[in-house]
Parts: sequence; C-alpha cells; structure tokens
Amino acid sequence: MAKYRIPILIAMITGCAMVIREFIPHYPFNILNTTFQQWYMIIACFAILLGVGSLLTIHGQKISRRRPGWGYSVVLILSFLIITFFGMVGGISEKGEGFIGSGFNWMFEYMYNSLQSTMFSILAFFVASAAYRAFRARTAEATLLLLAAFVVMLGRVTAGEYLWSQLPIITEWIMDYPNTAGQRAVMIGIGLGIVSTSLRIILGIEKSYLGGE
Amino acid sequence: MDLIEKLQYLDRRWIFLLIALTVILPLIIPLHLKINPSPAVESGYKFIDELPEGSKVLISYDFEPSVVPELGPMGTSFIHHCCQRKHKIIGMALWPAGQVLLESALNTVARDVYNYRYGLDYVNLGFMAGNQVVITSLGESFRKTYPTDFYNTPLSKIPLMNGITNYSNIDLIIDVSAGDPGIPYWVMYAGTAYGKKIIGGCTAVSAPQLYPYYSSGQLVSLLGGLKGAAEYETLIGKPGPASRGMDAQSVAHVLIILFVIIGNITFYLDKRRQKMRGKQAWKS
Repeated sequence: MAKYRIPILIAMITGCAMVIREFIPHYPFNILNTTFQQWYMIIACFAILLGVGSLLTIHGQKISRRRPGWGYSVVLILSFLIITFFGMVGGISEKGEGFIGSGFNWMFEYMYNSLQSTMFSILAFFVASAAYRAFRARTAEATLLLLAAFVVMLGRVTAGEYLWSQLPIITEWIMDYPNTAGQRAVMIGIGLGIVSTSLRIILGIEKSYLGGE
Repeated sequence: MDLIEKLQYLDRRWIFLLIALTVILPLIIPLHLKINPSPAVESGYKFIDELPEGSKVLISYDFEPSVVPELGPMGTSFIHHCCQRKHKIIGMALWPAGQVLLESALNTVARDVYNYRYGLDYVNLGFMAGNQVVITSLGESFRKTYPTDFYNTPLSKIPLMNGITNYSNIDLIIDVSAGDPGIPYWVMYAGTAYGKKIIGGCTAVSAPQLYPYYSSGQLVSLLGGLKGAAEYETLIGKPGPASRGMDAQSVAHVLIILFVIIGNITFYLDKRRQKMRGKQAWKS
C-alpha cells in the first residue's frame, strides 16, 4: 500500500503548498514555489534523456528482431547519432559566425528543415482531396458550417477582398462573435475540468496518474 | 460512365495536380494582389512602433521547421520592426528547434541588415525545457532560469542582460507559436500573472482557437497564418516570402472552395438520380 500512499501524500502536500502560496506569497511558501519550479525544469531535462533512451531501445529492438520496417529504424538511429555527433562536436563554436557555418547547422538548414516542410506541405493535397470527397452539406448544421467555412476561407485571403469587399468584414464578425463564443465555452469547460481534476489529485481521489487501474 | 459519375469518382491525382499548379504558378508569376492589414495586426504594429526607442522586447520562437513558411516570415517581420525602432531583442525558445530558427533569423536580420551587436543589442537565450514553468520562472529571475545563453556564455557576462532581472524589465513579449507550449501559457503565466503586454503569432489553423485572447484584450495583437505575416510585412514596408505566398494561398483557397461546390453538386445529382431510379423500379 505504501507504493500508492507515499506518492498520494507527496501530491497532496505539494498541491496544498502551491495553493497556499497563491494566498500567502511569503516565507516559506515563496521559496517552495521557486524550488519546485527548478525541480520541474531539471526533471523536464531528464525527461528528454528518457525519451532518447526509449527511442533507441524501441528501434534497437525492432532492428535486432527484424520486425517489418526495421530499415527505417536503422535510418532513424543513424540520423540521430550523426546529428548528435555534429551537434556536440563544433555545433556551436563561437558567437554568431561559428554556428552558421557548422555541420550541425548545415544539416538543420538543408535536411531537417526541408524534410519537415515537405511533410507538412503534403497536408495541402489531402485537404484538397478531402474537400472534394467529404465536405458534404448533408444536414442543416453541416450546411451552416460549410457556409461559414466558405466565408472565412475567402475572407482570410486577399482574393476574397477582390471577389466582394465585404467578405473580410463578415469574416471578422464570424471570428469575433460566433467563434469567440464557442471557443470561450470550450475554454471554460476545460478550465473547470482542470480545477476538478487537480482537486481530485490533491485529495487523493484521482489515482490514475500512478498507473495501473 | 456519365459526367456525374466521372466527377464523383475523379482520380485524386487530378486534384493533386490542380493543387500543385495553383500553388506553383502564382509563385512563379506573381499576381501582386493588394494586402490590406486587419485591425488585429495593425494594433501590434502600432504598439511596437509607439514603444520608446531602446525598449526591451522578449521574442519567443515556439515552433519547428514544419511551419516555417507560415511563422518564419512572421518572426522575421517582428525582428525587422524591432530593429527599425532600435529596440533591444532578447530571444528564447520553448521548442528545441526554435532556438536554431531564432538564431538564424537574428543573424540574417538584426546582425546583417541593422548591424546589431550580439550581447549589446540582441541576445539568444536558446531553448529551455519545462514549458509553462520556464515562463513562470522568468518572472522571478532570468538568470536562474537561463544561467547561460545559446553559446554557453553566462548571462552575467552579457551586457544586455545586466539590466534585466525579471519581467519588470521587459516592455513587450512576442510569442510566435505553432502550438503547445505557446500563446495560452504566455497569456496565463506572463500576461495575467505579471501584467505583461503580449503579441501573438500563430498558424492559420490555431487562430480561431486563440482569437478569444485577442477579443478580451489579453493579447495586444494576433497574427494568424501567412495572411497575418503578409499584413505585417506590408505594414513595415518589407514585402517578403509571406506576401509572395499570399497569391498562391488565395488561388488555392478558391480552388478548394470550387472542389467543395463541385463535390456537393455531384453528390446531390447522384442522390436525386438514385431516388428516381428507386421510384421507377417500384412502379415497374
């Protein structure tokens, strides 16, 4: 039971201390806040290392067991090792000039940059294909959504102004009122959800973050 | 197969080809469509313009290369404007790749165009893990959050950072972000908690989600996608990649709308025909 009780106790004490800190920003609560922030940042750095370890383990296993697509894992590990090597050896040598000419920057600029942009730009083709096949005005709500999308899509580009000068004004209205109202409702819902979940964790009711059932 | 069926089962490679042409052609042969800045963008321009010369502006590059065509020109435009107004720039990133993109932008704009000197007029603090905690921590101390800059130089040895302890020494925060961590965290932890003025730049898809922050006044300005970037380029008088890209985006949007219209027309014609066939079969 100590396996669960101790983490719940830690969460309870930490949570209460952070809540109290909001009302009493003096010693010792103000110190606690700074300390927790530093701990969080250190843990976040270690989380990156953990991620790297997990990535190498999973793909290492995939290669050793010759699972389907293991060739991609070889490419991934090799790319990871090469870019890490260039990052650590001469990645940043001296102010300004050293970085721009480095091998790491060359790979970032001409490989990583281009590859990510290519992957993201493919989205345009899928959006166009989906627009042709899936955006159907089947119901009144879907028709309304489609019309709003038409106006906003045209109003957000310069061509819209050429087609009808009032389009950007209508677009602004849609963004300012119906969109803001809907988004605010979602945000308030999320906010209340966060508060209730936090309270459940602090009070030891919510235990799913400890793993298991 | 008649025309309706042909259109309904159109090979998607034709759609891909048309999209490719509508994107490539306007980039080769610019249409020079006029860009009119919207109030959401103008307010940001006005705010930076009215800051006293030498104000300290914190710019956070919270994005990755995948969105550089949209957010890259936005970030560069902000740097241009800050340099034009002779503001001091403190750069940082909450996304690992952001620090490299920021360094590149600072070097090509601030250093090469405006002769800004590193450490005196601008600095790149680099990436720091910790998301929203980094933002909160900066409110307490810059040096505790970032002991060194991007080049591992201690902040105590950087003249620009000598007068900066926490947010109280920062006049404006600009966040160019592609998602999480991004604008909402800056609004919550720097805007609300420390009363800092924030300008946001985001991708077009996330603009509707962030618009309430602009409507409520929690954001001074919100630049959404390529259009926001193009509008800012127009305002600072430096038309660049975003202004060129707007032609392509305009034509592509019109084409997508045409696709939706054609798709719906064929859908209804097919539905009506099926209904007619059903009636005929029932009669016979």
